[in-house]
Amino acid sequence: MKRTVFIAAAVALVAAFFVGSHFYKSGRAEKLGFMAEDNAETFVRPYSPTLGSEEAKVYLVKFSDPACETCAAFSPYGKQALEEFPGKIKFVLRYAPFHKGSEDVVRILEAARRQDKFWETLELLYKKQSNWTQNHRVIISRVWPLLPEVGLDVERVRADMNDPEITKIVEQDLADARALGVRRTPGFFVNGKPLEPFGARPLVELILSELRIQYPE
Amino acid sequence: MRNDGETTALDVNWLLCFCAWLIAFVSTLGSMFFSYVMEFAPCVLCWYQRICLFPLVLILARGLFPFDPKASKYALPLAGVGWCLAAYHSLLYAEWIPADMQPCTQGVSCTEVHIELFGFLSIPYLSLIAFTLLSTILIVLQRRTPV
Repeated sequence: MKRTVFIAAAVALVAAFFVGSHFYKSGRAEKLGFMAEDNAETFVRPYSPTLGSEEAKVYLVKFSDPACETCAAFSPYGKQALEEFPGKIKFVLRYAPFHKGSEDVVRILEAARRQDKFWETLELLYKKQSNWTQNHRVIISRVWPLLPEVGLDVERVRADMNDPEITKIVEQDLADARALGVRRTPGFFVNGKPLEPFGARPLVELILSELRIQYPE
Repeated sequence: MRNDGETTALDVNWLLCFCAWLIAFVSTLGSMFFSYVMEFAPCVLCWYQRICLFPLVLILARGLFPFDPKASKYALPLAGVGWCLAAYHSLLYAEWIPADMQPCTQGVSCTEVHIELFGFLSIPYLSLIAFTLLSTILIVLQRRTPV
């Protein structure tokens, strides 16, 4: 009898856990679906850096932290998708500077954008990430010497990075990340659908399934 | 049915132990739900409380079959330490302890508001409630089972 009660309780609780997770996740996906229709701007702001065609029907949105290792590891996937399906995908980069000190790196990126060196700088920072991060902390003094490599005017970057316009961008991106429930980076959305479960293969599958919906053969 | 005093006492003790196990298991699953389903990153203090909580599920379950009156002896230190940590965490969260004393400077802040059930019940308070219940039940159990 006691054994039965014990086993029944254990099984019921574990089952409740899984049923709960299922409902939580499908609820979130549904909510995000509505947001994608009604508040598309939460996913893409007019100022957001983008790559790919304006006509594309598949939006790949990445909430990214320049200091996050996984973000760097995932950076080739966006490019590959753009190359493989030209004109069909638009890549949108959003900031989620969760690491200590990475907000300054975002500011540097935005300042680099004013010199038309945004994507080069981002690629450089990802490539050399282990040089300027330690224990998930940004060591900003090690970022500066890297910048001339892509032809940036470092003095201008220093002057531009504290512009209140850039502060607004960072704050808006953080607010949007919060609204969309992005708590880890990178946070991917394909046409508003969150990447669930996380992983390289699921990301490819999510992009392909959205391509099939938007571009039926 | 025969009313056997000894058997009844055993049943009450068993039930107390079972209740403690139930609370520990619900709390464990709850904390896993927060971190793996809702994707809240656990802060440092949360991890220390988990160290006290997770083993209770196994220790108490082991004490149930066959019922071992010594179970409370092994479970109580964990529950006690967990209670102290949860109390400290709750005081931090409620800002009774100034924020500059908080131990987590890196990663996730221990005072960040993730959820507030019914408008006030945040994760540190949930932990404090769980450890209070666990400690109380285990103290009662220890008193009832002279070893």
